[in-house]
Amino acid sequence: MVTIRPGRVSVGGVTLDNHLLLAAGILGTTGASLVRMLTLGAGGVVTKSIGPVPKDGHAGPCVVLLEDGILNAMGLPNPSKDFVDELAPLANRPVIASIFGGTPEEFATVAGWFAGKVAGFELNLSCPHAEGYGAAIGTDPVLVEACTRAVSGSGVPAWVKLTPNVTDITAIGKAAERGGASAIVAINTVKAMRISTGLRRPVLGNRFGGLSGPAVFPVAVRCVYELYDAVRIPIIACGGIASADNVVEMMMAGARAVEIGSAVQADAMVFEKIKKDLYAKDGIDADGIVGCAHA
Amino acid sequence: MQTGSWGAPMPEGLPVPVTIVRIKQETPSVRTFFFDISFPFSPGQFVMVWVPGTDEIPMALSSENSITVQNVGDATAALFGISPGGKIGIRGPFGNGFSKAEKFLAIAGGVGAAPLLPLARADCVMTLLLGARTESELLFVDMLDEWTDVMIATDDGSLGLKGFVTQLMDDLNLGAYDRIAVCGPEGMMRAVLASVGEKGIAHKTEFSLHRYMKCGIGVCGSCCIDPSGLRVCRDGPVFTGDRLLKSEFGHYLRDASGRKKTI
Repeated sequence: MVTIRPGRVSVGGVTLDNHLLLAAGILGTTGASLVRMLTLGAGGVVTKSIGPVPKDGHAGPCVVLLEDGILNAMGLPNPSKDFVDELAPLANRPVIASIFGGTPEEFATVAGWFAGKVAGFELNLSCPHAEGYGAAIGTDPVLVEACTRAVSGSGVPAWVKLTPNVTDITAIGKAAERGGASAIVAINTVKAMRISTGLRRPVLGNRFGGLSGPAVFPVAVRCVYELYDAVRIPIIACGGIASADNVVEMMMAGARAVEIGSAVQADAMVFEKIKKDLYAKDGIDADGIVGCAHA
Repeated sequence: MQTGSWGAPMPEGLPVPVTIVRIKQETPSVRTFFFDISFPFSPGQFVMVWVPGTDEIPMALSSENSITVQNVGDATAALFGISPGGKIGIRGPFGNGFSKAEKFLAIAGGVGAAPLLPLARADCVMTLLLGARTESELLFVDMLDEWTDVMIATDDGSLGLKGFVTQLMDDLNLGAYDRIAVCGPEGMMRAVLASVGEKGIAHKTEFSLHRYMKCGIGVCGSCCIDPSGLRVCRDGPVFTGDRLLKSEFGHYLRDASGRKKTI
């Protein structure tokens, strides 16, 4: 397998300790938990998505573990502005604040709370199960461009996380690029559902949810590959990555860094595990393989 | 891994539909719900209980086919509305449970006796200190009396010592026990922690924590505690006292949105 030279990574205006970020919505509710994930080897961390008002999220069940992935409908629970206090132990660390809003103005307001306190923003334009937020906006290129522009002017790098639940993800990626995004993050969860045959109703409290984990990895590879041909800004891959070989595959599709989420469920030590396999002092420069599968 | 009553491993973590076969009124506010399916577990582990149409909440198993519940909120109220024959969903068991020891001192407050009952049933508890607001709210008294030495304290003095279970600790030779297992209201547990901390035995005292949970499987982060960032659902719910001495435990917790609330 390809191994990569270790070291700091600069991507989308943010300097990371390595290529592996903790994905949004995973163990990102508290500052202490984010510190723990950095200690356990994450090269950067993305916070739980923070919005304009506090939300309790959907009624449970919110998460179920499947054979090959995780199905969830959390409903964007978040403490809103109170989250600023959680960042206290994370000063000058590679922290990306995931933010959401229902309008460009709301995105700008939420971004304003975190300016100067985080290394970058990740705009959640992709949550598939929150009414009026996330993918409700992220499937419309005009709104994506406007929301991105509302944040990208702040001087803090703005990454845009895309939903795969569209006919053409490149149209949304291009809209984010036009809006001034520093990077694209692809993908958020794939809209999905399971039904309890014993109880004769959808398992999730919200009925619909988003699928993550190994089950969506091929979808994510396809999206990253398509986006690499469509945009000039860097792409950060997300979706079912669970091994060093998955990271290399995403780089070959066109990713400059990756986010890891569901794999943390099986093993909180997953970052160290992947780093051990991925990096070697005599490894190659990652630039040598980014997008190489397009040749 | 979950197993159904047929003993076969479940390939997925979907909620297991169970039928409630019996309901026992334990105290005026506490009932035990027995299922038709058993879940092999370690004492102190919990399950996510899905009350269809309402919500899903974490509950300690009081036996391999029962949960013992106090009616405190929307989901528990909906559960109390279910009659025998009704169905709920169960995910789990999850979490670490109490350690394997033979000579436990168990300290229970109110419905906190539920996760300690299986420990007593397994004959691992030498002495159990049982506390409640008043005599009628004392949980499992008859069963516990059969399995272990029970000492009782009530807030109003209607039975046993008038006062708190922590006062009962003062009369015991704590050196006689391998481990101490504690579950009850957080204020009561904090008082026990202060006491065992002073005595230098916090490391052998195990506390069963309760925090707001959404996933139960260690990914969402809603139950993480400060300052360690450890997950109550996965790294806990049982933590030794030395890990809790300088922590949020007894001081604050976070609600469903993640906002801090003073205890």
